[in-house]
Amino acid sequence: MIEMTQVSKTFGGARPAVDDLSLSIAAGEFVVLIGSSGSGKSTLLRMINRLVEPDRGEILVNGVDIRRQRPEDLRRRMGYAIQSIGLFPHWTVAQNIGTVPRLLKWTKARIDARVDELLALLHLDPAEFRHRYPHQLSGGQQQRVGVARALAADPDVLLMDEPFGALDPVTRGALQEELLRIHALSGKTVVLVTHDIDEALQLGSHIVLMNQGRIVQQGRPLDLLRRPANAFVHDFVGRTEIGLRLLALDRVAGRLRPNEAAVGEPISADLSLREALSTFVARRVDRLPVVDDQGRPAGALFFSDLLERQL
Amino acid sequence: MSRVQSALALSLLALIVLTGWLPHAGPAFALLFPDRDRLIYRQDDFADLILAHLAIVGASSLLAALLGSGVALAATRRWGLAFRPLLETLLAVSQALPPVAVLAVATPLIGFGPLPALIALFLYGLLPIAQGMLAGLDSVPEGAREVARGLGMTPAQTLWQVELPLAAPVVLAGLRTSVTINIGTAALASTVGVKTLGLPIIIGLSGFNTPYVLQGAVLVGLLALTVDLAFAALSEPLGRWRAPQPSPGEPTLAGAD
Ligand SMILES: Nc1ncnc2c1ncn2[C@@H]1O[C@H](COP(=O)(O)OP(=O)(O)O)[C@@H](O)[C@H]1O
Ligand SMILES: [Mg+2]
Repeated sequence: MIEMTQVSKTFGGARPAVDDLSLSIAAGEFVVLIGSSGSGKSTLLRMINRLVEPDRGEILVNGVDIRRQRPEDLRRRMGYAIQSIGLFPHWTVAQNIGTVPRLLKWTKARIDARVDELLALLHLDPAEFRHRYPHQLSGGQQQRVGVARALAADPDVLLMDEPFGALDPVTRGALQEELLRIHALSGKTVVLVTHDIDEALQLGSHIVLMNQGRIVQQGRPLDLLRRPANAFVHDFVGRTEIGLRLLALDRVAGRLRPNEAAVGEPISADLSLREALSTFVARRVDRLPVVDDQGRPAGALFFSDLLERQL
Repeated sequence: MSRVQSALALSLLALIVLTGWLPHAGPAFALLFPDRDRLIYRQDDFADLILAHLAIVGASSLLAALLGSGVALAATRRWGLAFRPLLETLLAVSQALPPVAVLAVATPLIGFGPLPALIALFLYGLLPIAQGMLAGLDSVPEGAREVARGLGMTPAQTLWQVELPLAAPVVLAGLRTSVTINIGTAALASTVGVKTLGLPIIIGLSGFNTPYVLQGAVLVGLLALTVDLAFAALSEPLGRWRAPQPSPGEPTLAGAD
């Protein structure tokens, strides 16, 4: 889907922002670019839609060199969302979401229908929100609109630069769930930048850890946690918290014993094992009753089963 | 009708009524100035003077608006950033020149008449307009520009659909300052023989005729007020999308998720 070969970019300074980097992104993948501040994540992301032109190297999207396409046409085929004030303050929610469809000269009826569809997809009531201005929305609602706008023209690729960076943990968690659901539903290729390792592990199907403009390690979340390539990666994924982060990758549903039962307040099968561990410790029990998403009893989770891992 | 709109209507009404009444105001002025015989300025029709005044202000402001916003726009584009400091220096210098000095220098060179006056007013009107444009474009959030580009707007689309609408309230404020100041300054143009509302004032001053001065001055003031209110009414709907300044006791619309 996206092939980057030996791309480099140096701004004014001596050190390149992106340094002879090659990266291949398969269609339908959820790729997370992670690294500390200044490691070149945004620069790399912005090369994909030509907001930044590399000094050297080549980028192919669907096998076509992006330099052979008009930047505006390229960008209209890719969704783009950034942190915080990314909405146009002088446009209503509907106008904001309709930006790219208008640029593509869709008919008004088609744009209106699409706006309502996207508002519903992101759990915002169209009748209530269509005509609001951004300043009349909470931070979480603004970010939902930002995501809806990126999805508006149904792009194959979604580029997101720390889209949830400015949100409180609860709102951020809800939007992360939302994004995972949309990704699973649509099969779009997503490239998302973050500096939050927990966000990366939760969202990414493929994680690219960057430092000083180069890739230090890439792979599935499990690979980074189980087999950190060097001390830098080990530090980045958090030496003492690796166990907890491994637990965060799996859900209760995968470990529960269906034919067992336990007493107490049941937990949801959708919960991560990390949250389940926390519940074990807080309640001082070694088994928990589990219910499915309709609230029906689904079995029990045993404390000792948290350790079992199929690798 | 908003408060600004009613104020505008009132001010306009006052201007019209006063213009119509002044030619017949002899008895009233006789009460104020009992020992004078020529009480009302009759060399020109007041309505003509107002129109002539508006014409020279309009022409000079239009030119200043075109050039002022044009160069300010250029100085904020990537290719024009280099001459922004030069532009700001030039604007400061043009503002430091008193309009009377410009008239005094221009008249021997160009001759009497509307042209030197037009040049002086034009130079004088440039600064607030260019400054308004610079400040307006500076006030556009960087995130809005970045996203406009990232979503696939061309530079022209970004300018017309995002930058200018967001800058509009500040740009209009600059235009308003420029035009309002020029209405006052244009009265001076009568010193070089241009027909404006300055004529009764100049003739009154040189002939020690206070009623003439009063008539010209009140009309200039009222005209400036009316035009200022017209701009205020025009700019009212522009800020619709802005967050209202929070006032005590008024709940904000933004709710929690
Ligand atoms: N437009 C730019 N002009 C100059 N330097 C830049 C620009 N964009 C990024 N940089 C520099 O490139 C490096 C990488 O930046 P960036 O890609 O934004 O990092 P990250 O997103 O990982 O924080 C930083 O040192 C930054 O200062
Ligand atoms: Mg960044």
